[in-house]
Formats: sequence, C-alpha cells, structure tokens
Amino acid sequence: MVDYRVLPAGDTAIVVEFGESIDRQVNAIVLALDECLGSERHEGILETVPTFRSLMVYYDPAAISQAALADHIAGHIRQIQVSDRPSRTWRLPVCYDTEMAPDLSDVAARAGLTTRQVIERHSGLVYHIYMLGFLPGLAYMGDVPEELVVPRLRTPRLKIPAGSLCIAMAMSLIVPRETTSGLNVIGRSPVAMWQPDDGALLKPGDKVIYQPISLREYHDMAVRLEAGNLKIEPVTEQSEIAA
Amino acid sequence: MTAFLKILRPGLMTSVQDLGRSGYQSLGIGSSGALDPVALRAANLLVGNNPGEGALEVLYLGPAIEIEAQSVRLSFVGARTTIEILPNIEAKIGTCIEGQRSVLVKRGEIVKIRSIVGGASLYVGIEGGLNIDPAFGSVSTNIRAATGGWRARALMEGDQLPLRRPQALDRGECRLDGITFFPSARIRVIPGPQLHYFEEAEIAWFFDSEFTVGTSDRVGMRLRGQRPLQHAKGFDIASDAIAPGSIQVPGDGQPIVLMADRHTTGGYPKIATVISADLPALGRLCIGSKIRFESVTVAQAHALRREMLSFLEDLPNYIVPISRLSAPFAPRLFDYNLISGVVDARTGLANPEE
Repeated sequence: MVDYRVLPAGDTAIVVEFGESIDRQVNAIVLALDECLGSERHEGILETVPTFRSLMVYYDPAAISQAALADHIAGHIRQIQVSDRPSRTWRLPVCYDTEMAPDLSDVAARAGLTTRQVIERHSGLVYHIYMLGFLPGLAYMGDVPEELVVPRLRTPRLKIPAGSLCIAMAMSLIVPRETTSGLNVIGRSPVAMWQPDDGALLKPGDKVIYQPISLREYHDMAVRLEAGNLKIEPVTEQSEIAA
Repeated sequence: MTAFLKILRPGLMTSVQDLGRSGYQSLGIGSSGALDPVALRAANLLVGNNPGEGALEVLYLGPAIEIEAQSVRLSFVGARTTIEILPNIEAKIGTCIEGQRSVLVKRGEIVKIRSIVGGASLYVGIEGGLNIDPAFGSVSTNIRAATGGWRARALMEGDQLPLRRPQALDRGECRLDGITFFPSARIRVIPGPQLHYFEEAEIAWFFDSEFTVGTSDRVGMRLRGQRPLQHAKGFDIASDAIAPGSIQVPGDGQPIVLMADRHTTGGYPKIATVISADLPALGRLCIGSKIRFESVTVAQAHALRREMLSFLEDLPNYIVPISRLSAPFAPRLFDYNLISGVVDARTGLANPEE
C-alpha cells in the first residue's frame, strides 16, 4: 500500500505527493505513475510534471472533475509496479581539469580530500535522474557522495558556461545554458543537455555515469559534437551498465 | 516586397506572446504566454485573427514601430494608453487614438505607444500574425528558458519582425465595446499546496492582509505585506512543480506570485494558488497596486472558470464596427511630457469617432 496525498495547486492542477524528502523509492513511484498517466492519454489530463517526491497533474476541469481525477489516479497507484522499469544509461564525458573546475580545489579542501580523490568519488558511481526542472533540460542527478556535499558560494557568479558540472546539495547538475549560479563548479561536459530543436538529452529515470576526460579530449569532443561528427547515445549493453 | 514591423524603440519589455505552450514542463520548459490572455484574445479578434495568434505584449512603456509593409492592420488592447500615428519618421505631429480598437497603417508610418495607464499590460494584435516559427508548439517568448518568440528574447531596437500578410485586408476597423481591462484589487486563490508549512493564525493573517505589488516581471510578482509571513517548519522543501499563479513564500517571508515565465520547479512552500479565472486580472496588476487574497473552494473556482470560458466564447460579440462615415481622426499636437514620461490618457483624448 503506497502512502500518498493529493494537494490542490489551483483549480487546474493537483499535486500527488508521495513523501517530503528526496528518496529513490519515492521517486521511482512518482516516475512509474507519470509513465502510467503519460501512456494512457486519459481524457482531461493535460500534462504531468514529475519531481523528486510528487507528480503534478494538470487537468481540464471541463473534461474531468478533481474528484474523478483523484479516483482515477488512486486506481493507478493501487496497481503500481516500480521494480522492472526499464531505464537508459548514459556515459557523459566530463572534464574535471582545473581550468574548467573553479571550485574543485575548494570542494577538496572542505572534504579533506585531494582533487584527484574528489574526481574519483564524484565519477565513481551511477547517478539516478530524479527530475528535470528549473531550466530546459536541467537534470537533477543524485546522489552526490556525502563528503562532497558543500554549501553554495557566498557570492553567486554572474555567469557560468553551458555544460558546467555543479554540486547542488546532494544533486549533481550539468547546466544546459550559460546562467548565473551560486553553485560549486567542479567540471564541464562538452555534451549539450538541451538542443532547441530536439529538446532535452536526458529524462527522469535515466542513469548517468560521468566519464572523466582531459582538457584536450574536451576540446576535441566539443569540436566533433559541434560538427555533428560525434553523437552521444545511451549505453545499451547491460554489461556496460554493470561495469 | 518586404513586409516587416521595424522596432524603432522597444519600450520597457515588449515580447511576442500567444496563449502559451503546454506539454513540456517535464523537460523544464514553462508555459509562458500572455500575462493577460483575455486582452490577447480580444486584440486578435479585432484584426480578424484566431484568438490564440501571436501578438506583441507591451509592459508599462510602449514601443515605437515603423511599418515596412504596404499596409498592416494593428489593434491595441489592454491597459489605457495613447497611440500616436506619425506619417513618417521625420514627422513631429501625428494622429492620436486610444486603444481597444483596430487601425490600418501604411508603409513608412510610425506607431508610437506611450506609457500605459491603469494596468501593466497591453497587446498589439497584428492582422495575419507574424511569420515566426513556433518553438514547442507556441510562439511565446520565454526569455529565461531562451525559447520561442522572436529570437528567444524581448524585442530590441532595429528588429524587423516578418509579417505573414504583405498588406491589410480591405475591411473596416473595429473597436471593443463594453469590456474593461482593469486589474482587480481582489484576487481569488485556492489555499495550498503547502498550506501545512504555515500555522493557522498565519494563514488567517495572509487572508486578512493587504499586499502591495513590488518589483514585478513575467517571471514573478513580489508582494510586500505589513510584515513577513512566518513559516511553521522551515522554508526549504524538496523542489516540486510550480503551477501558474502559485504564491511561494521564500525565506524572507515576502510572498512572490509566480507568473507565466516562472521556473517549472522550485523549492519554497506555496501558501496558495491564484485561480485560473483570475490569472488575467493578476497579469494586469502594476507595481504599487494594492491587493487582497480571497480563499475559494475548488468547486467555486471551477464555476468561475466556466463563467470565464463562456465570456471568452462571447468575446466576438463585444466587437463593434467603427463607422467609416465618421469624421477622420483629428490630428492634434501631442502633449509631450518629457520630464515624467507620463501621459494622462483620461484627459483631452476622446475617441475621435464618438
């Protein structure tokens, strides 16, 4: 029996909330419900927005009442299956060279680690994408090893470039575009998280492995990606995922 | 033959907007769209467009536009303003008209929209629309997301917006009759979704209080109350999705109403959400406006939404022709007020047709 509550978000949306904190099990339920609703195209359900611990469901009150919508969702939740959800895995090249990682040494100092150890620990796990939000294509990837969770900068930077790899609490982010930011920047990826024509590269539920690359490889890949000679695809082999 | 609207002066914040985009919030692309969708629809209907066609949204201070087409029919709907039409770029004196009507303008003529009064937003409808490709199903500009509209940004001096029609259709001009676009001092909301982040007494205080609209843009409207709102249990929540009209209360306790260009997700508790029927009136509120919030039930909000939708369906019936037989516009010397930049649209500028 899954515990949840339905909260109103105005008269055209409800929030189906499964918990208050960031948790993979909770997030898996959110994503499973999102998939159910997304695949059936039920009349009156306009749009869904999965986040860490809740699913926002936009609806057309002329087509479905809030009570009928809540009942419909309750039916799905009763039968929800989260175990065998297929997911895509990505290997994303990331350059941790100090030229692209202005806060790497600071993060290392705070953690009492060398920069090399920070890179090893940060790139040494498979990240889960909880949600996309805030900006187009911005994926929240967790969970950053506890020792690398650092406070925000005292003074935000006016500009960090597209591709900046940042630590935000327990989340690792690759910013899709140049933005102001108070987050610690520990690297950069040459891969576009957002293409105006194609949309977002990643989606909630995907898995991500960071592949450390050198500065030289970064520039080389950036050129090839720009020219269309290199395309980043999800890893398909199960063995690769285990590796 | 070229057909453009050339922006001579962009105004404070002029952007291309339609009724917004739906279906991409899960990718981080918000809905955007006109802050006052009722005025947008009316502006389009006045020039014979589909009500959801892209139009120019003008906030606070209007643009100056040169017509680079044989002719084009424009309309101006929303807050009160004076529109001056000059015969050419050198002319000092033009013809002044009020808004809420359509007008035919010709190549070389300059359309100047002055300060807008009594509301934040004004829409310029364009017969046939702009020849701009939609991004994710809409031509609405979302600056923060760098998506849509004209080059994903607000209009700038020198922009040449391509028109779909090289010349206006041969038909009469129209005006709106019996509709006003005033902001409302009372905004109705549904409490929540994070009502449980506030004590009952604090919620009661919120509904008893008057707020002043502070700095405001298409992303959010900051409100100032008599005092900050107190959170019952902290102000950080694990980010969740943000509906239009959400009233979030950040750490400083001063509420922010999230508007069309809001981020799709955020990490502050939301005490209440403006009902869909009141979003257009919310979009008209100016900096300095005083507002109060009134709590309604979801059932009440749905009834009000039905009223709003039936009003929107009825909108064409508020359009009346401007008689072709009436006297031509009386050219008059415009009373420039260069010091304050404020034009009082209530005095001395009667509709020339009346």
